[in-house]
Amino acid sequence: MTMAPSRKDTAPDSENAVPEGYVRLTIDGEEVIAPKGELLIRTAERLGTVIPRFCDHPLLDPAGACRQCLVEVEMGGRPMPKPQASCTMTVADGMVVRTQLTSPVADKAQQGVMELLLINHPLDCPICDKGGECPLQNQAMAHGRADSRFHDTKRTFPKPIPISAQILLDRERCVLCQRCTRFSQQIAGDNFLDLLERGAHQQIGTASTAEVEGAAESDGVGGDRNQSYFSGNTIQICPVGALTSAQYRFRSRPFDLVSSPSVCEHCSSGCAERTDFRRGKVMRKLAGNDPDVNEEWICDKGRFAFRYAQAGDRLRRPLVRNASGLLEEASWTEALRVAAEGLVKAREGSGAGVLTGGRLTVEDAYAYSKFARIALRTNDIDSRARAHSAEELEFLASRVVGTNPDNGVTFAALEHAPTVLCVTFEPEEEAPIVFLRLRKAARKRGARIVHLGQWSTPSVRKTFGELLACVPGEEPAALDGLGRHAPDLERALSAPGAVILVGERAAEVPGLFAAVVALSERTGAKVAWIPRRAGERGALEVGAAPSLLPGGRPVTDAAARAEVESHWGVPIPAKPGRDTNGILRAAAEGGLSGLVIGGVDPDDLPDPELARRALESADFIVSLELRPSAVTEYADVVLPIAPDVEKSGSYLNWEGRSRPFDTTIENTGALSDCRVLDTLAVEMDADLFTQTPAASGADLARLPRFTPRPGTFPASEAAKVALASSQAKLATWRQLLDEGSLQDDEPHLAGTARKVVARLSAKTAESVGETVTVATDRGEVTLPVEVADLPDNVVWLPANSTGSRVRATLGAGHGSVVSIKGGVEE
Amino acid sequence: MADPLTPVLTKRWLSPNSWRLSTYEQLEGYTAIRKALAGTPEQLVQLIKDAGLRGRGGAGFPAGLKWSFMPPNEDKPHYLVINADEGEPGTCKDIPLMMADPHSLLEGCVIASYAMRSHHCFIYVRGEALHCVRRLNAAVREAYDAGYVGRNILGTGYDLDITVHAGAGAYICGEETALLDSLEGRRGQPRLKPPFPAAAGLYAAPTTVNNVETIASVPFIVNAGSDWFRQMGREKSPGPKIYSISGHVERPGQYEAPLGTTLRELLELCGGMKDGIPLKFWTPGGSSTPLLTAEHLDVPLDFEGAAEAGSMLGTTAVQVFNETVSVPWAVMKWTKFYEHESCGKCTPCREGTYWLAQILERMVEGRGTEEDIDTLLDVCDNIFGRSFCALGDGAVSPIVSGIKYFRDEFLALCERDKAGTAKAELVGARA
Repeated sequence: MTMAPSRKDTAPDSENAVPEGYVRLTIDGEEVIAPKGELLIRTAERLGTVIPRFCDHPLLDPAGACRQCLVEVEMGGRPMPKPQASCTMTVADGMVVRTQLTSPVADKAQQGVMELLLINHPLDCPICDKGGECPLQNQAMAHGRADSRFHDTKRTFPKPIPISAQILLDRERCVLCQRCTRFSQQIAGDNFLDLLERGAHQQIGTASTAEVEGAAESDGVGGDRNQSYFSGNTIQICPVGALTSAQYRFRSRPFDLVSSPSVCEHCSSGCAERTDFRRGKVMRKLAGNDPDVNEEWICDKGRFAFRYAQAGDRLRRPLVRNASGLLEEASWTEALRVAAEGLVKAREGSGAGVLTGGRLTVEDAYAYSKFARIALRTNDIDSRARAHSAEELEFLASRVVGTNPDNGVTFAALEHAPTVLCVTFEPEEEAPIVFLRLRKAARKRGARIVHLGQWSTPSVRKTFGELLACVPGEEPAALDGLGRHAPDLERALSAPGAVILVGERAAEVPGLFAAVVALSERTGAKVAWIPRRAGERGALEVGAAPSLLPGGRPVTDAAARAEVESHWGVPIPAKPGRDTNGILRAAAEGGLSGLVIGGVDPDDLPDPELARRALESADFIVSLELRPSAVTEYADVVLPIAPDVEKSGSYLNWEGRSRPFDTTIENTGALSDCRVLDTLAVEMDADLFTQTPAASGADLARLPRFTPRPGTFPASEAAKVALASSQAKLATWRQLLDEGSLQDDEPHLAGTARKVVARLSAKTAESVGETVTVATDRGEVTLPVEVADLPDNVVWLPANSTGSRVRATLGAGHGSVVSIKGGVEE
Repeated sequence: MADPLTPVLTKRWLSPNSWRLSTYEQLEGYTAIRKALAGTPEQLVQLIKDAGLRGRGGAGFPAGLKWSFMPPNEDKPHYLVINADEGEPGTCKDIPLMMADPHSLLEGCVIASYAMRSHHCFIYVRGEALHCVRRLNAAVREAYDAGYVGRNILGTGYDLDITVHAGAGAYICGEETALLDSLEGRRGQPRLKPPFPAAAGLYAAPTTVNNVETIASVPFIVNAGSDWFRQMGREKSPGPKIYSISGHVERPGQYEAPLGTTLRELLELCGGMKDGIPLKFWTPGGSSTPLLTAEHLDVPLDFEGAAEAGSMLGTTAVQVFNETVSVPWAVMKWTKFYEHESCGKCTPCREGTYWLAQILERMVEGRGTEEDIDTLLDVCDNIFGRSFCALGDGAVSPIVSGIKYFRDEFLALCERDKAGTAKAELVGARA
């Protein structure tokens, strides 16, 4: 059950006057001062009186539908003739409220409603997922009769019915509180379920469950209509067992589970979660309550994608490539010795570089950063396993590193911003919780949300947003010319509190960061960078970047470097290292002998072919991995590391807010990256002091704070490309639910992914027909066409979905020139 | 006593082609509109307040007061919505009025809209009344063509559009906020109040919802004045009222008489009880008003009188039942109506009517117990005043009043059960 947070202002103090904006009322004989507009049910809760409720939820608009929370109310000495719903009535000065504790009328009203709720309930608690943690069960015990007087026939429904591939509905258990429908309409903005029929036949359903003539056939389950990236929240807020997930249904009882607070490892929002496990296996994840970050919501990826860590092919023992070229299990001591020898040799040869991927905790990333400088004596380290640029690094070093909730943009700032401009950022797909805040800002406060993108995506529609459409690659020009073609927006961005959000795809558009910085300087709007992966911000902050040391210290800044050198007790190369592309190119061309790679998929990299060539050419590769991958195929030594649930650590979310978490499942024997690197460094005669995440964190914390100096921003020119007639500019970004490896083994979740289609303008679509084949010299992708409001001669593809793996197949990215022709679908 | 009938709203009903604009115009039609538009909105609101016109939809809320809740500014559009979703069992006054004299409603709409600074009026008609929808549409067309509705009405510069909207036939849409949701194209379920319609009604703009009979009364008040109106009826419930008399009487139909007329007088008007079979019970204003008996023949049927007798005036749908009718059976039928029409939003009404209907059906079949009577009353107590809107309150009225006056009949049904015909069954065995 969701409770209102306790507040300090509860203490009744009849001596003092009621502060401005507050009222004084009496609840069960106790005087209380409450802020104007507060609902009675919350005020009572702060006094410690829990009034039973079903439809009430603090984050949803009041409904007053279930009538479970009735109390007696007296206003100005006159009792109101009927008991009132305390979830819809706000406090007023001089109000006298009597809850079930002191009012027989309220108590009887509550008992009566509870009895009515149960007449049609199947009372199948012993086999219900919710049994043991069910508000209906608990409140029926506390506020219901011991026996039912209902001797007649219960209403029955076929069950369960699928709302989506993941969500199943048992209509008999439903008490029709409308929390799920209100969530879908108000919070998520997806009408994936709604009320149907009326009276006792009223039920939750979808377009495909409704008995509407002609509707059932045309819109089967699995159509986009029934899908929502946030559907799992309805299960969590359902006060009965009516909504269940295919993933968890009948898997365990709440009282068999061990719960621990955790942090989501998927995107850069850093949602608070609760992880429930049993016998060493995670059974489910729930949204934690963190008003500053995710409130009480998480996306379906955060909730349902966790079985990758329990996959059958998990690496449990170190592997060493033997003389015949096969990886075979080895002891830790042997594997570490071989790895150390190989890396020392590489270091003494043409050097070794480090690629870390964007999913590391702060503590682990720090260990990689230190390992590169101390054990490998190089600045060749980069955490950007995606398209990146020097311009981006300059932007990150000068505008992003060091920002935190005290000095930068926060979720709360988004909620209160009058205007938010999203630049090459698709909030619902890339940071779903940011999307929810933007929608809330628009819905509750009328914020103006503007999206600089290519078409009116669901994010645009559901944030009540405006689209500034441009051809991929021309975003900088669009921003530079804002004063001419959208002067009102430029003015709106000049208002206090306005925010510009930049997504990671900006790195693929030359000149865009410069344009963003220029716009921000012109208008005073604050800029925030929202990458997709959970580890991006942390890695940047600890120096897992070629030109940055921990704290955002530039490698080239002698004084800053000296601070780190004295703390670490070793000299650090003064020359900036190479970035991901540079490291790969060097390795491919024989300019780099060794690679240490942690959690990188070559197909995520800007040029997967180059990455594969580098892996083939490098003399010695150490891979720190969870499961076999394209990298372990080439690795000489594979060192298994722990997934999030088996280690502790912290992420820095996009706000720069630390999101620490503890080990959920203890003693599995899996080691965190920092521990493995620490031991490996010892084998190489270097000390990292990162034996545990706590030690690593403490070592990092001992470094003095550093304030990065904002650098000047050289604008880089966008190359103008003339398109041939059969060519188009590619717009592409990832869907939230796609082929990402952290979503492996989740078929029900995958069933709720969005349709994989190519999008074209109506005019461009005319030239290709029903399907389109998008090709480069590397390969081609053929998808069904959906017409959208894109500029002409632009094609949009999902970046990493089934049948549309843009990097792997086309070797292309956002802004690339591709050829398009009418395709035939296989 | 002088002629007990006061034909005002019904006075044109028997004229040939009474629904035509030409007929209406010949019979003083569209004369009030000229007077009204020459005055100010404030004057009109005051006139209606002075006349003491009370809402004819059932609750009897003073119409002038309701109009005065509309904000004086026009920051947002204002709307007048006519509740023509006549659905209360036994009620049949608005549809005949709209069939026989639609222009009186339209003239009232223009005047009331002007008084509330509204430029768009919606008439929400019950979907089943298709003939009525057609007739209203025809009347609206006539009124547009004649310049009584539309741009610059009668050269006064006042604009008004009237839209006739057919509902889909749900009782709950007679509840004003459910009506507004339905009119907006949503599920017909009552809205949370506040905000009240006058603050945020149709499309979240200031809105007044009035009954057909209320608005149709307005032109007469404008023409004849508030004092004339107050000559009829009683101090707190002035004016004439259409009593819809149905059931076991010789001549059922619409009888327009001053508020405060008694059933005894009404029965005289309609020729007495059919075939002389004595009266057993009756409703003063539809099935949602607690039923009354022969001892209430002299209760003055106005808002106060009905309330004092323990019932409500409601829609003055007087349903008369003679001694041949079983009270539990009639109550069961009514309850099944409420079960069918409960919108499902709130627990007490949705689940309660489902339960009550089952108990009553069982009882009428002779499978009830004495305990069921207590259960009925207690469940009614748990619904009354606990539901989201007044539908739940209405649903328990026939049961509570039926048991109050005719408990013996319910008991008699249960006595049959005691004889041991019903077999015990495991609870839940059929579920």
